[in-house]
Amino acid sequence: MSRVGRALAGGRELGSLAGLAGLCGLLFALTPHFLTVPNLLNVLEQTSINAVIAVGMTFVILSGGIDLSVGSIVALSGVALAEALQAGWPPLAAVLAGAGVGALAGLLNGLLITRGRLPPFIATLGMMSVARGLALLVTDGRPVSGFDAGFRSLATARVLLVPAPALVTAVVCLAAQFVLARTRFGRYVYAIGGNEEAARLSGVAVRFHKTAVYVLSGLASALAATILTARLNSAQPIAGIMYELDAIAAAVIGGTSLKGGSGTVAGTLIGALIMGVLRNGLNLLGISSFLQQVVIGLVIIGAVLLDALLKSPDER
Amino acid sequence: MRGIRKAFPGVVALDGVDLEVRAGEVHVLLGENGAGKSTLMKVLSGASGRDAGSIELEGRPVEIDSPGRAHSLGVRIIYQELNLVPELSAAENIFLGWERRTGLGLVDRARQRREARELFEGLGVAIDPDAPVRRLGIAQQQMVEVAKALADEARVLVMDEPTSALTDSEIASLFLTIERLTARGVAVVYISHRLDEVERIGRRVTVLRDGRNVATRDVGAASRAELVRLMAGRDVAAHYPRRPGAPGAELLRAEGLCRRPAFADVSFLLRRGEVLGIAGLVGAGRTELARALAGADRLDSGTVLLRGEAVRLRGPRDAIRRGLGLLPEDRKTQGLVLGLAVSRNLALPSAPRLCRFGVVSRTAEDALARRQVDDLRIKTPSLAQRVALLSGGNQQKVVLGKWLAADVEVLIMDEPTRGIDVGAKQEIYELMNRLTAAGAGIVMISSELPEVLGMSDRILVLRRGRVAAEMNAAEATQERVLSAALGHAS
Repeated sequence: MSRVGRALAGGRELGSLAGLAGLCGLLFALTPHFLTVPNLLNVLEQTSINAVIAVGMTFVILSGGIDLSVGSIVALSGVALAEALQAGWPPLAAVLAGAGVGALAGLLNGLLITRGRLPPFIATLGMMSVARGLALLVTDGRPVSGFDAGFRSLATARVLLVPAPALVTAVVCLAAQFVLARTRFGRYVYAIGGNEEAARLSGVAVRFHKTAVYVLSGLASALAATILTARLNSAQPIAGIMYELDAIAAAVIGGTSLKGGSGTVAGTLIGALIMGVLRNGLNLLGISSFLQQVVIGLVIIGAVLLDALLKSPDER
Repeated sequence: MRGIRKAFPGVVALDGVDLEVRAGEVHVLLGENGAGKSTLMKVLSGASGRDAGSIELEGRPVEIDSPGRAHSLGVRIIYQELNLVPELSAAENIFLGWERRTGLGLVDRARQRREARELFEGLGVAIDPDAPVRRLGIAQQQMVEVAKALADEARVLVMDEPTSALTDSEIASLFLTIERLTARGVAVVYISHRLDEVERIGRRVTVLRDGRNVATRDVGAASRAELVRLMAGRDVAAHYPRRPGAPGAELLRAEGLCRRPAFADVSFLLRRGEVLGIAGLVGAGRTELARALAGADRLDSGTVLLRGEAVRLRGPRDAIRRGLGLLPEDRKTQGLVLGLAVSRNLALPSAPRLCRFGVVSRTAEDALARRQVDDLRIKTPSLAQRVALLSGGNQQKVVLGKWLAADVEVLIMDEPTRGIDVGAKQEIYELMNRLTAAGAGIVMISSELPEVLGMSDRILVLRRGRVAAEMNAAEATQERVLSAALGHAS
């Protein structure tokens, strides 16, 4: 591996960060509306939902898996939360109910994968459909709307101008970063994704930890659902469609390897911000949403292609 | 083939090998595990490059740089593991890669079926060309491989241990097939461990050892004893620095261990301060035994007693807690997380000890890693270096360091020095001495006979999953061990 390649691969987050900075610079040059405080806060708020889900997804991908059910879990736990609120539960209890639903769906994913030995793709593909169907069943396909201001403040509150969802995202990222970098749990997640057999032979409880990452992913989806429901003042059974792809894209743009075992929360956060800034910028520039999809797709492909080109053949 | 040389990082697999095979003969290639037989055949079939040497076919020099080129020259190889697509039919497998085409470029199934039938008839076997391969028995699948190798004109046919999965009657019919082929003028290179097979079908035999050819003999002119001597050959050199101590208390006792079909009824005793060597051929059940001992695979029956107490290991985690570690056969796929740092790998089995409330103490982790890196003299620019970038010997030291750091008392080592250079080997032997001097016990599996003889205090020889012999190192010789492993009385 060349020295340059090693430096670039080692500083993978720096590379993503440079990409983000370049993108911001470009938008600053192209439109006066981009670099304004309200717009940037808006970007942070809009990015928060994808970022939270993507952090959960990062755990799953690091362990060598994939979770396609996150979007549907957002819908199902959002609906559960909304129904609980409408039934008169206190906001905290309702939020916990939504979290419980997300965790349960994640637990089922994990058990199907570790005990049922299903490939993660299949197990979570099934859950994607089941959770979506349940959300539609419970609500009869209709949105559940109208909550009191106390609950909505989860999305509307500002702390020193910063929107609450952005703060929640920051806390989630810091906590996840700590878990991955500093705890035994994090060590084991990397080890399992890097080489499951070696991890097992080294005494890692592989099945427990693999199950746990899906539970975390379900919890992250439930948290995202809480923010989304509070923001929209409504929970929709058709919410969260395609969120799984946004989350996977954020992780991948941020340098997480789909093979497992390598990646960071910081990278994922930057990946989510790149996607958020790109969407915002394209909107400001008045570019059609159809063309936006093309651009975002190209960015995903470009990021991974660049990664592959910078790696030496023996690492590919 | 002349002067073939092939080196891998750290090892010279072939060092100037000559091999001459005549049309119409069965030429047996004999050698211990790792003697270079398979590498030589990979060079011949274009699957592997060579560093030096030349290949001539019917007197003309040829350049075989890819399997496709070998095929068009009429050089075919049948590997030990079958390479068939289970869902495709016998005929489709035979022509996979060189399908017969119709004028429109579509696969000419009728012609493939017809030619497959002709090939099977020529081999004297009754196989339905339309039968999916997964429904055929192993012997029939082997015949499909043979037919595949013979499609289009084959001139040289290499068979790598073709009988390892066959029953006696299947072997007999395979040998009949080989005789038919040689009668047609095909040159057959037959790789085997089994001496009885040499006599049954071989005309000449070449013995390889340590990547060199030691001798070529007419089969009638060589006795089994001579062949065994040629295969073992090397002087049991002084470079095995085993320092046996006085064996201490009983540490690990195995009673009637079974895991079918790999091994059955294996019993032995390991004392503190002892190295128990396990010898045997590839496929004798050694690795399976090692994995089961370390809790990686379950036992069907039998009892393991650790420090005199019967234990039922629930998994590697349980084994580690009880002070039992496994240095696996393949460090890259089983021993290490290649993408992670040296320190992370070293600390992996010890993680529970390094944590408080689930948070890893980095100071303790680095101290642990630093101690092993210094102690084992692991050459790495830093503790944060990814293990993938270390040399083979240093990687193996990291695997060993994991278990030293975890304070295991029973270390099961499966091929501890495979693919590492001489210097690192010496260091690993020294570590084994240190461990046993400190009261640990080691079970060492090795395919290198001199290593087994040089580093063990006692030797257990496995053959086809059963204990064929047990001997003290003092009374063991290469011939005795090899004879027990091959299964013929010397």
